[in-house]
Amino acid sequence: MRTLAQLSWVELKLFMREPLTVVFSLALPLIMLFVLCGVFGNEPSGPGEEIVYRGIGPTTYYIPAYVALVIASVCVISIPIHLAGNREQGVLKRFHASSVTAPVVAGAEIVVAFVLSVASALTLLIAASLAYDFDAPASVPAVVGVFVFLTIGFAALGILLGAVLPTARAAQAVGMVLWFVMLMLGGAGAPPEVLTGGMQAVSDVTPLSHAVQVIQDVWLGFDAGLSWAIFAVILTLSSILGLRFFRWE
Amino acid sequence: MPSVVVVDRFEKRYGSSIAVEDVSFSVEEGEIFGILGPNGAGKTTTVECLQGLRKADGGKLRVLGYDPDHEATQLRRRIGSQLQESALPDRIKVWEALRLFSSLVPGGPDWKTVMEQWDLTDKRAATFGSLSGGQQQRLFVALALVNDPELVFLDEMTTGLDPSSRRIAWGLIRQIRDGGTTVVLVTHFMEEAENLCDRVAVIKKGRIAAIDTPDGLIRRYADNAEVTFSTDQADLAFLHRVEGVAGVKREGRRISVTGQGAVLAHVAAALVARGLAPFDLQMRRANLEDVFLSITNGGK
Repeated sequence: MRTLAQLSWVELKLFMREPLTVVFSLALPLIMLFVLCGVFGNEPSGPGEEIVYRGIGPTTYYIPAYVALVIASVCVISIPIHLAGNREQGVLKRFHASSVTAPVVAGAEIVVAFVLSVASALTLLIAASLAYDFDAPASVPAVVGVFVFLTIGFAALGILLGAVLPTARAAQAVGMVLWFVMLMLGGAGAPPEVLTGGMQAVSDVTPLSHAVQVIQDVWLGFDAGLSWAIFAVILTLSSILGLRFFRWE
Repeated sequence: MPSVVVVDRFEKRYGSSIAVEDVSFSVEEGEIFGILGPNGAGKTTTVECLQGLRKADGGKLRVLGYDPDHEATQLRRRIGSQLQESALPDRIKVWEALRLFSSLVPGGPDWKTVMEQWDLTDKRAATFGSLSGGQQQRLFVALALVNDPELVFLDEMTTGLDPSSRRIAWGLIRQIRDGGTTVVLVTHFMEEAENLCDRVAVIKKGRIAAIDTPDGLIRRYADNAEVTFSTDQADLAFLHRVEGVAGVKREGRRISVTGQGAVLAHVAAALVARGLAPFDLQMRRANLEDVFLSITNGGK
């Protein structure tokens, strides 16, 4: 535990010294949120109109979605670059020789991802509450629970990418592509209802689309759907494969 | 006193290629044991298996009584290592690294003491990336010793350092040993091995080519000395009958005598006996580099 706490603390400081991380996890989701909410307002689809945004106002829709996006940004961009970079430089090998275990390395990544996600989500919510009226969560403890669930799931995915991708450059490329696809099609960009059939199919395989559904379900009081099970499967598979393919060098 | 490291018919393969084969040696408490060899000879493979970072494919390994294949976690708490091609994150600060690594092993010395001891206190808030090569090495040594190990592995610690930083690193290595820690030093610098090591194993193509003290190796593999002096004396035929002399060459006033063993003493005695006492009588002995070349070029 002492090692996990120490490593998490050092890793957190190292993350904060990495400008790309700070920009992606704090600034970009914030900018996206203001653009989309500014453009689409918060009028739900009227009677007789085609239903978009799950039948709720765009701003109401986007705020929980962007909380999920913040978690995804931290986890699929920062974690893989960081892990693969540490392996490339020989940092992981150095840790290994000093009896650090793989679960401790993974655990520290999860702790760091959680702290950064909380910080980014709070920044996002405070900024949004100054600009917009939006619905507070139906149940705050339930949303906090889901937040932890989503963080562990995305962090496991990030750790898996960091484990399989050989270099920091490869991790950056793959993480970015995944992130942009999720951003455009995963429910945090265009509303899912207006996607074409092909786009919808891609959207369905992005973890973010399910994460958005899950957090909106508890935030806005929708009935829980299949997305919960799918995200749980993503979490479990990523954890198993991530530890299975973890390499020190 | 049992040996600190015992290697018995150790073997390691990568796929179908044999990296190390039939390697046996032991390291005794308190010595600096050198592992020498050309690039790709299997030096790093051997020490990484001893630290439990790779698994051996055959033979027996014991380090501080532990089997590194199965007891790596317990073992690593009691050894220190400086690995080849390993580093720290560029942005980590000196004190953060020391505190982190000291937290890995409970009950070690205070990291602040280690920082003081290795003269890093002035650099405590500097990031790893901003340190000079010599300072980085000093930090690595401090990190390797932060758990108060009984044995440290130093793998090509001085590669990439300029000559003056290298001398400083040698001082650090001696300081480690003087503190009572056994040192296993992997190097391809002969001068380094000759200066530091009590005993040396030379590895060639995955096998041990020789193990001895540096002096012992020189006597055995490169026992050639060259004695030179200047004289106007024309007849030097008597030198051929002097014990240990193999050849005499003359170039103007300059005489060069090659031979083995205590050739200098015998030549000097013979010269003095004939009333000759050249001022510039001197000898160049073979060094470990000659041994290394003789062994690795397929000598005896």
